[in-house]
Amino acid sequence: MTSELVVVGNGMVGHRLVSALLDRDTTHAWRITVLGEEERPAYDRVALSSYVDGTTAEQLTLPERTDPRLRTWLGDPVVELDRAARSVRTASGRVLRYDALVLATGSFPFVPPVPGRDLPGCFVYRTLDDLDAIMEAAEASIAEPRPGRRSAVVVGGGLLGLEAARALRSLGLSPQVVEIAPRLMPVQVDEGGGALLRRLVESSELAVRCGVSVAGISQERGRLVAALSDGIELDADVVVFSAGIRPADALARAAGLPVGERGGVLVDARCRTQDPNVWAIGECAALEGRTYGLVAPGYAMAEVVADRLLDGSATMTPAELDMSTQLKMLGVDVASFGDAHATTPGALEVVVNDPVAGTYAKLVVSDDAQTLLGGVLVGDASKYATLRPLVGAPLPADPVAMIAPGGVEIGADALPGTAQICSCNAVTKDAVCAAIHDGAHDVPALKACTAAGTSCGSCVPVLKKLLAQAGVEQSTALCEHFAHSRAELFEIVAGTGITTFSELVERHGTGRGCDICKPAVASILASLGNGHVLAGEQAALQDTNDAFLANLQRNGTYSVVPRIPGGEVTPDGLITIGEVARDFGLYTKITGGQRIDMFGARVEQLPAIWRRLVDAGFESGHAYGKALRTVKSCVGTTWCRFGVQDSVGLAVALELRYRGLRAPHKIKSGVSGCARECAEARSKDFGVIATENGWNLYVGGNGGFTPRHAELLASDLDTDTLIAVIDRFLMFYIRTADRLQRTASWIEAMEGGLDHLRAVVVEDSLGICADLEAAMDAHVGNYADEWRGVLEDEEKLARFVSFVNAPDTPDPTISFVTERGQPVPVPIGLPAVRS
Amino acid sequence: MTATIDAGLRWEPACTVDRLMPERGVAVLLGEQQVAVFLTHDGAVHAIGNIDPFSGAAVLSRGLVGDRAGVATVASPVYKQVFDLQTGRCLDEPTVSVPVYAVRARGGTIQIGLP
Repeated sequence: MTSELVVVGNGMVGHRLVSALLDRDTTHAWRITVLGEEERPAYDRVALSSYVDGTTAEQLTLPERTDPRLRTWLGDPVVELDRAARSVRTASGRVLRYDALVLATGSFPFVPPVPGRDLPGCFVYRTLDDLDAIMEAAEASIAEPRPGRRSAVVVGGGLLGLEAARALRSLGLSPQVVEIAPRLMPVQVDEGGGALLRRLVESSELAVRCGVSVAGISQERGRLVAALSDGIELDADVVVFSAGIRPADALARAAGLPVGERGGVLVDARCRTQDPNVWAIGECAALEGRTYGLVAPGYAMAEVVADRLLDGSATMTPAELDMSTQLKMLGVDVASFGDAHATTPGALEVVVNDPVAGTYAKLVVSDDAQTLLGGVLVGDASKYATLRPLVGAPLPADPVAMIAPGGVEIGADALPGTAQICSCNAVTKDAVCAAIHDGAHDVPALKACTAAGTSCGSCVPVLKKLLAQAGVEQSTALCEHFAHSRAELFEIVAGTGITTFSELVERHGTGRGCDICKPAVASILASLGNGHVLAGEQAALQDTNDAFLANLQRNGTYSVVPRIPGGEVTPDGLITIGEVARDFGLYTKITGGQRIDMFGARVEQLPAIWRRLVDAGFESGHAYGKALRTVKSCVGTTWCRFGVQDSVGLAVALELRYRGLRAPHKIKSGVSGCARECAEARSKDFGVIATENGWNLYVGGNGGFTPRHAELLASDLDTDTLIAVIDRFLMFYIRTADRLQRTASWIEAMEGGLDHLRAVVVEDSLGICADLEAAMDAHVGNYADEWRGVLEDEEKLARFVSFVNAPDTPDPTISFVTERGQPVPVPIGLPAVRS
Repeated sequence: MTATIDAGLRWEPACTVDRLMPERGVAVLLGEQQVAVFLTHDGAVHAIGNIDPFSGAAVLSRGLVGDRAGVATVASPVYKQVFDLQTGRCLDEPTVSVPVYAVRARGGTIQIGLP
């Protein structure tokens, strides 16, 4: 017989319970109804802040289950629990009977009871709706026509407060963090770590005030003023309260269930409340009187209840209530694990504090210095992954040496088999090693079969170590023909002076190449300046786009994009493009990069089209190449009332400097003439934003599948310095990135990330800047328009034919119909090769 | 040259040998049929159907030539599936294949054998 389960709350923990139960309930014992307060499907609240950087609500949505046993009602919170009748009533008046009830109502933000906390412009930081409201308020304040930076006050300097501050900074506001405790992140870090954290955070455009509280918020001339307990007043356009959370236990309280001293529905180790039919999991549950504000313990509770509902005997274990955390906060690595505050009687603390390097590490050990109890890492948390699993285990080495720079490296072999490698999913070292033994030979395979590393990802370095320890080599090989990575091949080609693929594959590879290594080598040869990309043997290495210097479209035709530097084009230029498109019957569309794309050109038409364009002064726009595409610009000081620098002039100069530069992937750029950022420069691989004093350079931005904002590399540069830094940045990227790796993932994968990049290309830590600049100068000096090169060479021109035996006969499979006044391809009838 | 059985085939001229470039393809129009002809590094000539079965576009002649585990291949320029030049079989989806044509050189001319 099927029993009725009602789950109150549709957050991450409730979602995990439902998934676990659906997976394991093989006899279909339960029918599940989920009642959610928010209108949205369950989403990843841990990654909430990424929403301001462009991650969409859809991307944050947790996998939705479609199952006849499950129904989900959103936007209809439960308002009453009648334990005697075993029923709940929702806001809309629905009454549901249950056999088992799980409370997964989570928590709500704590807002200190200060006057003015409800004023417009005051927000909390918990849901996507909260973030929508904050983003709207930030945009509105930036749009107001008044001088000066917009500012925000963040009340609370814990984990969530710093996340909120980072998000507000991303939205263009200057945040000030007010924390009542004497240090930031008081729960996770100790005094020494907190001091360093504050210093590192303050260097990232963030003001911090610790040891003070907010006394009240008032409104003055349309802005907010936050009065602090020390008498200081802070102007703010936005105030965000992130001063902690409180368990959402009202429903349970009203139904007479006992709650903890500091809130939360009291549950036992089975996560069951006093009522045998009512369970509580996640942030609303108090286990032994204590609530847990992290997702990992919540997930563990969900698993326990799923097991219990199926008559299992699971209980919560102390390891599952591990409050260890590792995160990157405003570019600063912070980790805290085990007994971080040395509350164990007799515990000893070993500290290595290096304010010059900006690192702080503390280990807490037992009174006999034999057992690791916990620790705090700030500035460099790379040892977290190996240290955390050692909590409770005998120390494998002298504790100072374990955290000192250049000390002992704790290998994965030091971990006991029972050590949890992945605390998010409770995967032990034994389980990982067993999976490796059973054939999981890379990280993706380990993730698939053990779930280790699939949540926060902090244990991935240990997974790699365990793979290495098991003798499984991680391949960086480009493809079956080369055992080298792209960066290694670049070094080989640059160092040996090899100029042909044949020689390279003969001396350093095997076989005859493929569609992966050939274009990669073609790109390397082009980056090193080996003449026209279609000269000699290079022609056979190019992907079809580069082989025909145009973009292949779905019906076998190509699109044509002439370069329009900075998006600046004369009326005569526009007329030429219009006439060419009209005369060749091409579809035209304005691109996102401020140029014009002409679609539907057949391969044999390309030379005639380009003859007209080249004669009118246009040149290749390299829209087909893994190369610099465009440098987009706003109109800048020339026309705009707000511009502070000539953005068009700079964009044109940059585009002309880097045109034709072949790279591991396409490169996009933008220049904005003021902080309003109309050119969207921060979505580009390198973006330049004008300041009163010069230019700010941002790098690593990306639209596409995984959007990412570019980050500030250097500020207030004069034009010559700016160009020198971009030269170095691009050349360093070209030399060291993997194949098809955009600058965003290149920086993310770089050891040391943006800081390391800045050290190399701004501070010249490797002493290669002069070399990088010289390489760029060589590129600029050698530049020649590729299409002019084709038009002037009969041999290259001869390849632009539809059929070798009927050079001017159009491909009969290509045909067009008219849609909205323009030609578009007739969909090609496909044989059914795919369902 | 690829070993083929000539019996019963009608040999149509495609182009002169010098129009073929090592490791590249050309498209040939024979009536309504489109054939992609490739010259590989070892001097062998291969002919397969020019139509990419995954996109329907007549573009296989413009794909990159290479090898997979020693088997001569071409990769479709549209969605990058790799085809065996000897058998026409798609190595990424073995249930899919393209036609293979007999091909030979006669007096400096490449000829395609049609049934």
